Amino acid sequence: MLEKQKLVVIGNGMAGARLVEDLLARGGGAQFEIVMFGDEPYGNYNRILLSGVLSGTHHAQDIFINPLAWYEEHNITLHAGVRVERIDRAAKQVCGAGAVVETYDKLVIATGSSAFVPPVEGLYRSEEESESAIRNPQSAFKEGVFVFRTLDDCDGMAKYAENVKRAAVIGGGLLGLEAARGLLNRGLETHVVHLMSHLMEVQLDGQAGQTLQRSMEQLGVRVHLEKATTAILGNGRVTGLQFKDGSTLDCEMVVISAGIRPNTQLAKDAGLKVERGIVVDDALTTDDPEVFAVGECAQHRGLVYGLVAPLWEQTAVLAGRLTGRRPEAVYAGSKLSTKLKVMGVDLAVMGAKEPEQDHDEVVLYSEPSRGVYKKLIVREGRLRGAMLLGDTSTAAGLWQAFDRASLLPDNRAELLFALAGEAQSQSVTDLPHEAQICNCNGVSKGAIINAVKGGCTSLKKLCDTTRAGTGCGACRPQVAELLQLAAGDLLTEDPSVHYYVPGVPLTKPDLIAAIKAKGLKSVSAVFAELADGREDSGSKVGLASLLKTLWPGEYEDERDARFINDRVHANIQKDRTFSVVPRIYGGVTSPAELRRIADVADKYQVPMVKITGGQRIDLLGIKKEDLPGVWRDLGMPSGHAYTKAFRTCKTCVGTEFCRFGVGDSTTLGIQIERRFQGIEFPHKVKMAATGCPRNCAEATTKDIGAVAIEGGKWEIVVGGAAGSKVRKADLLVTVDTHEEALKYIGRFMQYYREQAKYLERTYDFVERLGIEKIRQVLVEDREGIAARLDADIQAAVDVYVDPWQQEAIRPRHESQFTSVIASLPRAQPELGLAGD
Amino acid sequence: MVGLLEETETGLTFNLGSVEKIPLGEGREYEVAGRLIAVFRERSGALFATQARCPHRGGHLADGIIGAGRLICPLHAFKFELGTGAPLGNDCPSLVIHAVRLNANGEMLLTV
Repeated sequence: MLEKQKLVVIGNGMAGARLVEDLLARGGGAQFEIVMFGDEPYGNYNRILLSGVLSGTHHAQDIFINPLAWYEEHNITLHAGVRVERIDRAAKQVCGAGAVVETYDKLVIATGSSAFVPPVEGLYRSEEESESAIRNPQSAFKEGVFVFRTLDDCDGMAKYAENVKRAAVIGGGLLGLEAARGLLNRGLETHVVHLMSHLMEVQLDGQAGQTLQRSMEQLGVRVHLEKATTAILGNGRVTGLQFKDGSTLDCEMVVISAGIRPNTQLAKDAGLKVERGIVVDDALTTDDPEVFAVGECAQHRGLVYGLVAPLWEQTAVLAGRLTGRRPEAVYAGSKLSTKLKVMGVDLAVMGAKEPEQDHDEVVLYSEPSRGVYKKLIVREGRLRGAMLLGDTSTAAGLWQAFDRASLLPDNRAELLFALAGEAQSQSVTDLPHEAQICNCNGVSKGAIINAVKGGCTSLKKLCDTTRAGTGCGACRPQVAELLQLAAGDLLTEDPSVHYYVPGVPLTKPDLIAAIKAKGLKSVSAVFAELADGREDSGSKVGLASLLKTLWPGEYEDERDARFINDRVHANIQKDRTFSVVPRIYGGVTSPAELRRIADVADKYQVPMVKITGGQRIDLLGIKKEDLPGVWRDLGMPSGHAYTKAFRTCKTCVGTEFCRFGVGDSTTLGIQIERRFQGIEFPHKVKMAATGCPRNCAEATTKDIGAVAIEGGKWEIVVGGAAGSKVRKADLLVTVDTHEEALKYIGRFMQYYREQAKYLERTYDFVERLGIEKIRQVLVEDREGIAARLDADIQAAVDVYVDPWQQEAIRPRHESQFTSVIASLPRAQPELGLAGD
Repeated sequence: MVGLLEETETGLTFNLGSVEKIPLGEGREYEVAGRLIAVFRERSGALFATQARCPHRGGHLADGIIGAGRLICPLHAFKFELGTGAPLGNDCPSLVIHAVRLNANGEMLLTV
């Protein structure tokens, strides 16, 4: 057995403790002996909730994440309350107070940050004390002076506040306002003194700052802007503040919240590269390959992050690398966003707060009387930044658009307001507890919130546990919003959401590259090579779909990796009968075909014969055993109404009979269907060809549609939907001939097969990439892949075989169509106990 | 009907016949002494047997997808642990499970 490496973590705050949790979750407990140093004599707690402790809404014990016992349970040595004095990189040792020395193989610095205390006169009790103040500032401060950073700070402030009436907070940033809220809640007359011309200037523009200020003032906070504090007045005890402009403010208590500074001294003394923070690369490694830094003390690509989300992204990457679970993981920086309540005022900000280029578009809405201010920065149709104050009902959608850089709707107002009467976009915040969020699985808002409180803090875990969002998926944005609401900054992201399938830890492009490099042609080969030999039932179907796309004709079909529908080529119904939909090209049939269908329905006593939404005939209630016989008697190919594949091409009668038709839609529809029948996709693909812009075949709400327009042309549209989501398809290209129509349809299909996530419908795919990008690749051929896409879809077309007529004659397995195995070939006695 | 093989204190053991009746990695439903049992054959060779119908909405579990000791119901994708019958991420009661093993002739012996 390999000897464990020793990992020392300096810092037991949000970053240090989170890193250790991430390590344990990845099996790091077996690889490393873990030792932690924490400045504070506690387990670790959620610093974000400190303002709650100050306000009295939370008890100190409520905000602990891991009590001391947790460390013991996981065999972690925690030196709580031991301050690290020195890192000796030559000896690979960390030296703490009280002669505590720990050697390390790997060292992680997560020292966080401390409150920045500006040079102000009269801060300390005496001049001598200011000398010792460097070591322990709080004890040297004049009575009534506090910083707001730790649980002990909070405790001290709360106690002191009991005996005073008037407090001033120096600093009108986020933390300062949080402190002000805490003091206001404790009944103090609270003043905020800010150096800049508006509040929260880091996050807000001037107008938003003013709006926020008005809301603050209505709550009773007094705000003093552009005030530079020069001295703290009082003899041994605070009596007021002196400002540069000569004015003064009487107060008995001062909270300094003028920003934070990364704690880098240890690293600097150890000779590590330090600028504003400890400089790390994309692997979160310092200039010493055995030393890493995460959290507020680290500087990555020139940025030091002060929010919790980036910190979690960093610890996940580092834990993946250290444990070897994801040795290639890199941290590429974080997109900054925050959603919070500032003294009860909702605020969501992300990305840029001002336009940065000439053509950047600014969308503004301001309603001062309600304290509402909204601003978007848009560049080339994509969100660069957003600021929502007073009403954050559309924050979840904006965050999604920002994070994915997806194309925004032309009507930007949709992004600012939850549209009246549209249930889907109604803010979930306002819904009652019992409101049903997931209409497929009947999951209420209350059930979702309870699950979050029970520990489901990632969207994946929440959906898996409650089943919300696992039906049609339309409610997922609302579930995500509820998660954010209930989890706040405890929100986590399950890394598997980026994987193509949950059981193989690779994104789709990485997975495709690995499959091709290793020549993996079966699902079991993928598990063997890329998932440590571990099968995952939830990943089989997705892998089978991908492999079939990647290896046309060569794919090794393992039937157990298929969903039951694809094992028996029919759609399972709730009573375990199946529905049979024969292929009727373009929806155009004949009396002979209809007679055959009618005969089959009689012969097998089919309980229901129904015309489908896709212009086909559905025979419902067929027994599994009868499937081969039904297919044989029909003598028609499979309509593939049961699988993630090309389904049908609906048509109207076009020029053949219709007096309005301008294009031959039935002929095109039949051509489409003959060419693309049975081709598999990440999700189903429904099509239509319609003979004029009246759109009787409803082509503009199909995954792919062809619309005939005057002049003999066809518009090819993609990404339409008329299911749980309704979306008008985007125009991909206008062409002159059926051949061209088939070419672009095929090209789009192959691109979708390669680029879409598993179970991502075209309408989500097109929105994610943006139609401009798709046009550039497929029509302008900017990536030079068009010819290759055409060849690959042709290869898929060439290997198509109708499964019905093939397997009706030659089943894949003797029990392929057996519902129940009910008899034994031999009589029982001589079965004997021979085998035992 | 599947023939009764032996009766012991732990239950009745039936010989279900050749394991090859179940394609590798799939499940099949057997009628045993008047009741239905789902029997699964993992690619690893492991055999499992559970009650035939999903407690949620009666889906026939033998039509589900299996892998690494887990089962996904074909109707609404409810998940269960094959070895214990325990529900995974849903509130269903645990599946009733049965012991099933292979004899030297490659036949499955099921104890109910």
